[in-house]
Amino acid sequence: MNTSEVVLSVRSLATTFRTEHGPATAVTDVSFDLHRGEALGIVGESGCGKSVTSKSIMRLLPEHVTTYGANSEVIVGKDNLLKLSQKQMCKIRGNRIAMIFQEPMTALNPVFTVGWQLDEALRLHTQLSRSERRAKAVEMLRIVDLPNAERRYDEYPHQLSGGMRQRVLIAIALCCEPEILIADEPTTALDVTIQAQILKLMDDLRHRTGTAVLLITHDLGVVAQTCDRVVVMYAGQVVETAPVNDLFHRPGHPYTKALLDSIPHAGGRIKGQRLATIDGLVPGLFEMPQGCRFAGRCPKREQNCVDEQPEVQEFETNRSIRCHYPLKNSS
Amino acid sequence: MFFHLLTGVAGAVPWKYIVRRTLYCVPVYLGIVLLMMLALRVRDPVPAFMGKNATVEEIAQRRTEYGLDRPFFIQYGIFVGRILTMNFQQESWQQEGRTIGEILRGGLGPTLALTVPALFLTTIVSVSVALVSAWFRGRLPDRLLVISAVFGMSVSFLVYIIVGQYFLGFAIRGSTGAAPFAISGYESLQQTSFVEYATTKWPYYCLLPVMISVLVSMGYDTRFYRAVMVDESQRDYIVTARAKGASQPRIMFIHLLKNAMIPVITRVSISIPFLITGSFLLEMYFRIPGIGRALITAVFQADFPVVQAIAAVFAAVYLASNLLTDVLYAMVDPRVRLS
Repeated sequence: MNTSEVVLSVRSLATTFRTEHGPATAVTDVSFDLHRGEALGIVGESGCGKSVTSKSIMRLLPEHVTTYGANSEVIVGKDNLLKLSQKQMCKIRGNRIAMIFQEPMTALNPVFTVGWQLDEALRLHTQLSRSERRAKAVEMLRIVDLPNAERRYDEYPHQLSGGMRQRVLIAIALCCEPEILIADEPTTALDVTIQAQILKLMDDLRHRTGTAVLLITHDLGVVAQTCDRVVVMYAGQVVETAPVNDLFHRPGHPYTKALLDSIPHAGGRIKGQRLATIDGLVPGLFEMPQGCRFAGRCPKREQNCVDEQPEVQEFETNRSIRCHYPLKNSS
Repeated sequence: MFFHLLTGVAGAVPWKYIVRRTLYCVPVYLGIVLLMMLALRVRDPVPAFMGKNATVEEIAQRRTEYGLDRPFFIQYGIFVGRILTMNFQQESWQQEGRTIGEILRGGLGPTLALTVPALFLTTIVSVSVALVSAWFRGRLPDRLLVISAVFGMSVSFLVYIIVGQYFLGFAIRGSTGAAPFAISGYESLQQTSFVEYATTKWPYYCLLPVMISVLVSMGYDTRFYRAVMVDESQRDYIVTARAKGASQPRIMFIHLLKNAMIPVITRVSISIPFLITGSFLLEMYFRIPGIGRALITAVFQADFPVVQAIAAVFAAVYLASNLLTDVLYAMVDPRVRLS
């Protein structure tokens, strides 16, 4: 998978917001590649910069308070998206990169029909005629397994359940055959059975269309189920990038290991024993330590972890890690 | 563009819903008329009109003449019957020889010449200003607009009237000789063609009061609409539309505006009856012979049949505008149609 074409390349992404308390850098030096047809997971706890990363790629953050690092790049094809105008971005959003969101209940416009909202995407990015668009839209609704697609086309979002709305949103996202689909916590708001259906649907569509998926989630179970590779983020930085099997079986970063240890395993624990947690809190945006950002909570901390920021380095094959003392032989 | 917005924004007309809502209005209206008639009879209207010098016989005679000696529910029935048949043939007590119908009809033209343009302009201007404000939310243009809106609404209606009359009605005339605005007075359509009237007479007599009315309501309306639009602009569906590749103007004018139409419609239809009552002040100060002025005059003169009829008409206007609100709701918001 790694030898295939790179469709999205994020290089040294740094996103800074102007706030009342001064500039706040939400993500720093985030780099990763997304290959054609691949599913890449970005995991991390709340506030680690996952959503800021995805919204930076899409340029969906409020422009007048957001600045990107001077050497930051988001490369799609030949374009650095961070350098494009909003007008040029409108041609790329929904066309080459599509996005689906966490809250299917509110992500559709309540006063337009499902069909109108699908049609809008096709109208914006294709030259199809009205009847061709309708045919394509109904076909898309069928592809996402929406029952009674023909009838649903003329219905309003409030007539659909959460799972059905997420299917509609996926149909809208995929109708212009984008190269990249960014899914920002697409199943968090859904109940577990619907969650499994939606994940399976996304997986099927990915294999069918070759669309690369960037899946943003805090749920390691979802990652294990759907992703090929994983990027672990902590406090606005990428701390580890690895193929999904390696990451789950041999985590390299102490943070990844701590994260994995805090997942309950079926039958894996002795009764009465408390689930492992990570002590301490994520450092705030204005009090980032100069050394490793995880040092304060790391069980393997050494003096130079506190003094010196570790750089991202190659680790084993196809892996990289931001740690002075990666875990070598963990099981 | 406005037409495009209307067709894009409103859905099909829900006839069933309209009929049902109209039927609901009937008992409400009957109740309002009942309460209103009771209230007007708390103090006997006949001696109030005839004054101290009238003899008991004269009072009794007039009471019989106008049927005010009959049992209340008979009077109620007769009055409701007259409203249903739109029969306003009764004569005014004060202005002898003029019927209530003539007074109402005479006042309607001047009132509408003020209120319709005022409401229309207020809505267009404040929705546009609110859109601009929401677009630049938190930045300089937004702050300036919010500050001027607060300033605008903090100044009294009367200040605008007096300042407007002095500077635009009087001072300009004094220095140049030309007179763009009348200080007070009104001329009706009469023989002139509508276009000629709308371009010459109307601006002379009505433009100044209309501008004042717009200015006064704009502060409140802009702030309200801005809050609505800022609220809507933070909804998830806006992000979805952006992620779809919709341009900023498209998002503002189509996605956001149709959602914002719901509170806008409420606000506008709430102001329909309010504008008739609000024009009391303008009609009095600019001496425009509208319905508001007719009502005030009738109240001062204890002209009982006129007060009673105008109150009944106002109640009907209130209900009709509420009905219109609900119907427009149903047309704009698909979620209303089901319930």
